[in-house]
Amino acid sequence: MGFDFQIFITQLFSPVYLQGAVLSIGVAVVSLVIATVIGFILAVGRGSKSPVAQWVSLAYIWFFRAIPALLVLLIMWNALPQLIPGLRDWGYNPFIAASVGLGLVEAAFMAEIIRSSLSSVDEGQGLAGRALGMKPDSVMSKILLPQAVRIALPPTTNEFIGLIKYSSLASVISLRELLTTAQVGVNITFRYAEYYTVAIVYYLVIVSIITVIQMQIERRFHWASSLPTKKRRALKLVGAAR
Amino acid sequence: MNQSTPTYTPTGALVTDVPTLEVKNLHKAYHGNEVLKGVEFKVRQGQVKAVLGPSGSGKSTMLRLMALLEPADKGEILLEGDRIGVTPKGRALPEAQLAVQRREVGMVFQKFNLFPHLTAAKNVALALTAVQKVGRGEALERAHSMLDRVGLSDRADHHPSQLSGGQQQRVAIARALVLNPKVMLFDEPTSALDPELVGEVLEVMEQLAHDGMTMIVVTHEVRFARRAADEVTLFDGGVIVEQAPPDQFFDNPQHERTKKFLSHVH
Repeated sequence: MGFDFQIFITQLFSPVYLQGAVLSIGVAVVSLVIATVIGFILAVGRGSKSPVAQWVSLAYIWFFRAIPALLVLLIMWNALPQLIPGLRDWGYNPFIAASVGLGLVEAAFMAEIIRSSLSSVDEGQGLAGRALGMKPDSVMSKILLPQAVRIALPPTTNEFIGLIKYSSLASVISLRELLTTAQVGVNITFRYAEYYTVAIVYYLVIVSIITVIQMQIERRFHWASSLPTKKRRALKLVGAAR
Repeated sequence: MNQSTPTYTPTGALVTDVPTLEVKNLHKAYHGNEVLKGVEFKVRQGQVKAVLGPSGSGKSTMLRLMALLEPADKGEILLEGDRIGVTPKGRALPEAQLAVQRREVGMVFQKFNLFPHLTAAKNVALALTAVQKVGRGEALERAHSMLDRVGLSDRADHHPSQLSGGQQQRVAIARALVLNPKVMLFDEPTSALDPELVGEVLEVMEQLAHDGMTMIVVTHEVRFARRAADEVTLFDGGVIVEQAPPDQFFDNPQHERTKKFLSHVH
């Protein structure tokens, strides 16, 4: 049969794949936002002095780290509408089910990333903020979070890329994301190589764009490794300056 | 002091008999290890007190308690005669209310603790915008004039990583000063500096003392204690061993412990 480039090119630029890609990215973005918000609350809960908050956070993390994402998606789309009759009448669709489901699972992982990022900020930072008379929410939002974000960015990007790929699980709840699009095409034409290669190209392009965006954002944290300091360090090495 | 004629500090503030900051019978233990064992200490308006003592003697802990960064186990902290850090019934205040009281006390740390993500000017301005709700423009303006006071107006737009240790500590002093605290606490402000950078920080502190700021300085700098302090205190084993004007403290100490300590640092 051979690899038919004509089929490959036609599919590569077909709107169906583009829609699939947009859906995949959409699920990943929405679930990452949900995961970050819940994850932050869990991280603060784990670090809190209240035993109840600690316990609730730990229980959440324990539960959602243990349950397969696929099972959560099936529950979100199949079981939940049975438990809450009329849910689908209110516009509940596979996209919402997938985004919320993956967001709930991902929150358990984001909680750990956020907690370790916050705790890696030097404790003198919070101390200095408190000494200035700043209230706890101010210390968090103006001092700790801006520094924690820099540390959390690389692992969070990893999670985001993971979510792009996890969104393919939503094929089981009939969301036509990227991989489902390829699968549907294959089922009709049996051109496995061409359709799957298109999917590969799409995933590569998406992850490349994310990587470029990550590099752009990291550049905004120039304060952590500013050029003059590097220059000074280099000069110090050759003994030209202190 | 003559009761009928009021006296004034160099900045024109009325000198009263009520100490600006005072601690009474201060106790603090960590994991059963008693660090402060009933400290009595006070500083009057415009006074500069230098606190010397070996490492682990509890002097830094006293500053942290005075700055309300940690609760005392026992004892009282009074700011201009009013008890701070606790409710009228003596319970620890919630963090948000402690934050309000901390604004009256400026603190400078050994490791500067500047905010690395902000420029020097924004480090100084942050307390104004976040605490006093001053507008951004005005806050930056006041930050610049405060940086000017510590001789760093040309470094306003630099990040801490672009500054030397001495410059960072001067920014930290400007940051604490910008809220107009009633008293400034310095926790070994020059201990983390390269020797040749110590001078510029001490110079700023001496100028501050000269301007009439009330200061408590925990330090190992005997030179500073001699030149700028009104009174020098030796702290050891969680209590104050000796307090005296610098001349007497260094040249004619009364306690054996002080003599022994001075023989090591001289």
